[in-house]
Parts: sequence; structure tokens; C-alpha cells
Amino acid sequence: MALRLPRVGTAQIGALALILAANWVVSPQFFDIRLQDGRLFGSLIDVLNRGAPVALLSLGMVLVIAMRGIDLSVGAVMAISGAIAASLADSHSLPVVLAAALGAGLLCGLWNGFLVAVLGIQPIVATLILMVAGRGIAQLITEGRIVTFTSPDLAFLGGGSVLGVPTPIVLALAMLALTLAVVRGTALGLMIEASGGNPRASALAGIGTRLITLAVYVWSGLCAALAGIVAAADILGADANNAGLWLELDAILAVVIGGTSLFGGRFSIILAVVGALIIQAMNTGILLSGLPPETNLVVKAVVVLAVLLAQSPRLGAHLAGLRVLFGPRKA
Amino acid sequence: MIRSLARLMPVLATTAVFLAGFLLCSLVYPNFASMRVVMNLMTDNAFLGIVAVGMTFVIISGGIDLSVGSVIGFTTVFLALAIERWGVPPLMAFALILIICAAFGACMGAVIQYFELPAFIVTLAGMFLARGVSFLLSTESIPINADLYAHLSDHAIRFGTGARLTVPAMIMLAVVIGGMVLLHLTRFGANVYALGGSRAATALMGINVPRTTVLIYTLSSVLAGLSGIVFSLYTSSGYSLSAVGVELDAIAAVVIGGTLLSGGYGFVFGSFVGVLIQGLIQTYISFDGSLSSWWAKIATGLLLFAFIAFQQITLHLARRPARRSGRPSPPPPAAIAQGVARP
Repeated sequence: MALRLPRVGTAQIGALALILAANWVVSPQFFDIRLQDGRLFGSLIDVLNRGAPVALLSLGMVLVIAMRGIDLSVGAVMAISGAIAASLADSHSLPVVLAAALGAGLLCGLWNGFLVAVLGIQPIVATLILMVAGRGIAQLITEGRIVTFTSPDLAFLGGGSVLGVPTPIVLALAMLALTLAVVRGTALGLMIEASGGNPRASALAGIGTRLITLAVYVWSGLCAALAGIVAAADILGADANNAGLWLELDAILAVVIGGTSLFGGRFSIILAVVGALIIQAMNTGILLSGLPPETNLVVKAVVVLAVLLAQSPRLGAHLAGLRVLFGPRKA
Repeated sequence: MIRSLARLMPVLATTAVFLAGFLLCSLVYPNFASMRVVMNLMTDNAFLGIVAVGMTFVIISGGIDLSVGSVIGFTTVFLALAIERWGVPPLMAFALILIICAAFGACMGAVIQYFELPAFIVTLAGMFLARGVSFLLSTESIPINADLYAHLSDHAIRFGTGARLTVPAMIMLAVVIGGMVLLHLTRFGANVYALGGSRAATALMGINVPRTTVLIYTLSSVLAGLSGIVFSLYTSSGYSLSAVGVELDAIAAVVIGGTLLSGGYGFVFGSFVGVLIQGLIQTYISFDGSLSSWWAKIATGLLLFAFIAFQQITLHLARRPARRSGRPSPPPPAAIAQGVARP
């Protein structure tokens, strides 16, 4: 069995189906998909397309969280890679642009991984440094301006389509397949689960915990850089102030909704992507329903709390306590 | 004596960095070394200083509070609406918002304590909630024209040439002194340190852990509310997007101030100096005129890294002698008492 499918996931997939159904009630043409100028259009495609950056971020974040870490810097890394891509797009060929932007993400990931794995700094603090400084670096690259470009090659990554499917969706799917193949197709996934569950025991058992920690931060940096390129290509420019702003929170939320334990050792890559789609489907649904977009944050807060409480190890005990207090009493 | 000096090392280092920075700025710009600049530094960063005091308590106890920036934003919007639209007297609005913030913090603390969830993610939900509710209340910037606001912003203690100790700065200094007393001289403060050292050991010692945890997050949210009041005094308006990202500035100030993020160690005074250092960077950039504002972010990031690296090295050196000498640690007293081990 090369790819292991998640054993549990009915709750997440059910929630996604429920939200999509709600969207359909709000807007009856929600599931309409039409082919126009060789590209698919429709609200459903829009959910997938807009959800691609967060889905990309969650691919890296899920592995970091599985190793008991957290990566707060992904939004800032998106801003850096977007700024590099937009600044180089009109003067260099696409491979050079991609190599530079992805290389920057790789370096950012190495830096985070070095701080966590080698210096032993807590992940929240270690990645906070790049979260604070990264946006400054991005603004340094764009010199504080919003850099625009006209290169059709780079624009294709955001607005183009492959066989009718928008490129961001194709990129996200390709990265999902790659991540699954590397993590679940080899023993790496088991090693990550073991190291996240008990780092000391795993290190004693001969797993290179340090190297794996370094690798997951590098992967997170790469995914964030790709998300930054897609975001920049989508708007044909880079805004160092706002690119990827607060997306680290969405990515963490997607991973948590996907049932990955914040205490390490249990993770699901596919469900993290489903989590990202749930978030985007909620966003789109709120827009379609005509509710003010400001409700978005409140809805998100309620969803996070509900998922957290469901995950809480103590919920069962508290519920049992309530049942004893208020439940029907048998003689 | 040497031990207590070593304990104060990080705070002394932070203070030395601030003094060196101030000296450097004064050498570059002759006008810099004045009471006026110092007073403006306090007024401009008063809201951050107040929030950083609350964050110090949270971080020493081993937690983190990401909701403070949103609580400040919510407070300014609530005050503007209450005073301007609903006709609530300003002082009553202040009391109301502090009660709301206290309830909000207590709820977060209770969820963290009773559901055993990481503080990081619970306060993240709190951040979404507070910001979302302030968006729902109003998305516009609402000016506050109450007489009390005009009166308070005029009121200041003046010294000589244009230097004014304003009301926000006075509130911040009072909070810093109050925070130092609370943390270092009361039983609650001792419990906060104990929680950060070891939760299990604290519970075994008979300290009421749930009560302390709830109180810590209540304190942090109340101070965030107070900071919101000061912020609205400073800007004379309420805006749902105000104070975005202040939680990061506050955490950075606390870390630069020498508090360990793993908990159990830190000082309120250090956080105060950390806030002043961040303010100093901003002031230097505005004095220079040609430097762009993004250098402030990069400089703060570099300082954060320097202080965290310094902490790691100190911790590493503190642990090393025991390991190198190869001496087994003495058996615990309980084992001796039971006759399992000999001293």
C-alpha cells in the first residue's frame, strides 16, 4: 500500500459537504460550472482557486505541527517570495524567477529549521523572528512600493489554466501528490509520527529527529514561497505590506480543522487540505450570502473554538460530569 | 550576591542596550538627548507598555496571549460608539469596557485551564473573535469629541522646554510600578513564577492552579482594555483596525526585556525597557528622515534574534558544569527518607 488514506475524516468531509450545501441554498447556481475561453468558471472552481494558497501553506504547516512545531513566518515568506518574483519577472526568464523566489523560501525555511533544530529555540519564538523581520525584508526588496509586472509567463501561474483547470489548482494538486508520495510513500511519515509523539524516544531509537525537524521547516518555507508566487502572479504584482497577511493563522486553522493534533504525533495531509477548502468555502459562502464580510472573523473564531473543544482531551470527562449532574437518574 | 546579580543579567543587558542606543542617537543628533524626546518616547509607547506588562505575567506563567491587539481595537470601537452614539458618560464607558475585558480574559483562561488546550490556539480564537466583533460594531473610524477627552489630553505635568508628562505616560508608569509590586511582592506573583516553573509541581504544592491561570489571563485582558482606553485618548477616535499586530510588538518587548518564553523567569521592568528600545528605534528613524519605516521591523527582528541567542547561550552555560563534572545528582530527599537511597 503506497498511499495510506486517512482512517478518520468523515467529520471534516461531512463539514465541507454541509458548507457546500449551505452555499448552494444561498446561491442556487453555486454548482454551475461552465467552460469559457478554454477555462472552467463557476463558484466551485473559485473556491478551489482561491483556496489554493492556503492549501499550499497547510501542506508545509501540517508536517511542522506534526513535529510539535509551529511556523508563524509563512505569511512573511509569501511576501518575500512574491516581492522577489514580481521584481525579477520582467527582466529575467521564468526559470530564473522561480529559482530565485523558491530559493528565498528555502533559505527562510533553513533559517527557521536551524533555530529550532540546532539552537533548540521554541518554534513559536524562532519563527516569530522571521514573522517580524520578514515583512521588513520584503518591503526592502520592493522599496516600499507595490511592484507590478507584465510578464505573461509568471502571470500564467496565477491566472492561466491547464486543460481548463486554473493553474493554482494544478500546482496545489501537484504539491499535494508530491508531499503524499514523499511522506506517506516512504517511512518518513512514520518517523514524523514517532518523533512528534515522543522526540526523545525516537532519537534513542535511531531516528534522525534533528534532520527531520530541519527538513519540515524547509518544506514549509518552500510551500510558502510557492504560495507567494501564486498570490503575486494572481494580482500581477507584489504588495509587501498585505501579501499573505494573517494567512499563517488560516494555515494553522486549516491544519487544526483537519484533525492534526497540536500535541504532535498525529497528522493527516489530505484532511489539512480539506480544512483549507472548508475555510475558503466559508469565505465564499459569506460573500455569496450577502452577509457583511466582517462576519467572517467571528464565524472563524466560532469554528476554531468548536474544533478545539471537540479535540480537547478533557471534553469527554466534562461531558460525563454533566451527565451525572443533569442526566436521567436510574434507580 | 553574585547569584542575585547573575539572575539580573538579562535585565541589566537590556538596560545597557537601551542606554548605549540612546547615547548613540544623542551623538548622531545633538537635539536627541532632551527631556522632551524622553517624554514623547513614553507618551507614544504608553499603550504598548501597558499591554507588555500583562504579557509579561502571561509569558512568565508559561503561556502566551495573542488576543491583546484585537482587544485594544475592540476597546477603541466600543468606547467611540458608547460615548458618541449611545450617550454613555466616558467614565462609565471606561468601567464597562474593563468589566467586558475582564470577562473575556477569564473565559479564555477558563478554556485553557479546564479543557487543557494550548494557550496559543485559544487566544488565537480570542483574537479572531475580538477583531470580528469590532468589525461588526463598525468598520469606520469614529472620532470621539467628549469634553473629558479634550481635558485629559490637555492635562500634563510640564518640565521646562516643551517636555510634558502626559496622562497616557502617567498611566503607563503607574501600571509598570503596579505590575512590579504585584509580580515581585505578592503571593499571586509568586504563584505566577511557580506555574511557569512547573505546572505539576505547583499543583502538588497546594497552589490553586485553576484560579491563578484564570486570573493571569483576566489581568492580561484588563490591561489590554486599559491600553485600549489610553490608545483612544491618544488618537481621540475608535477604529476597528487599530492596534493590528500589537501582540507581536508586546511579545517582542517582553523577550527583549529578558523574560524566558519557556516561563518561570522574567521581570516587568525588563519589558518596560524592551518597549522603550522599540520606541527608540522608531524615534531614531523619524529623526533620520531618510530611513524607511521597514528598517524598524528588520531592526526589531535582529534584536529579537540577538536576545534569544543570548538566552540560549546563558541557559547552555548554566547547564554545562553539572554535565561535564560527571557527578550524579544527589538523590531526592523523599528517597533518602524512605531509605531507598543514601545521601
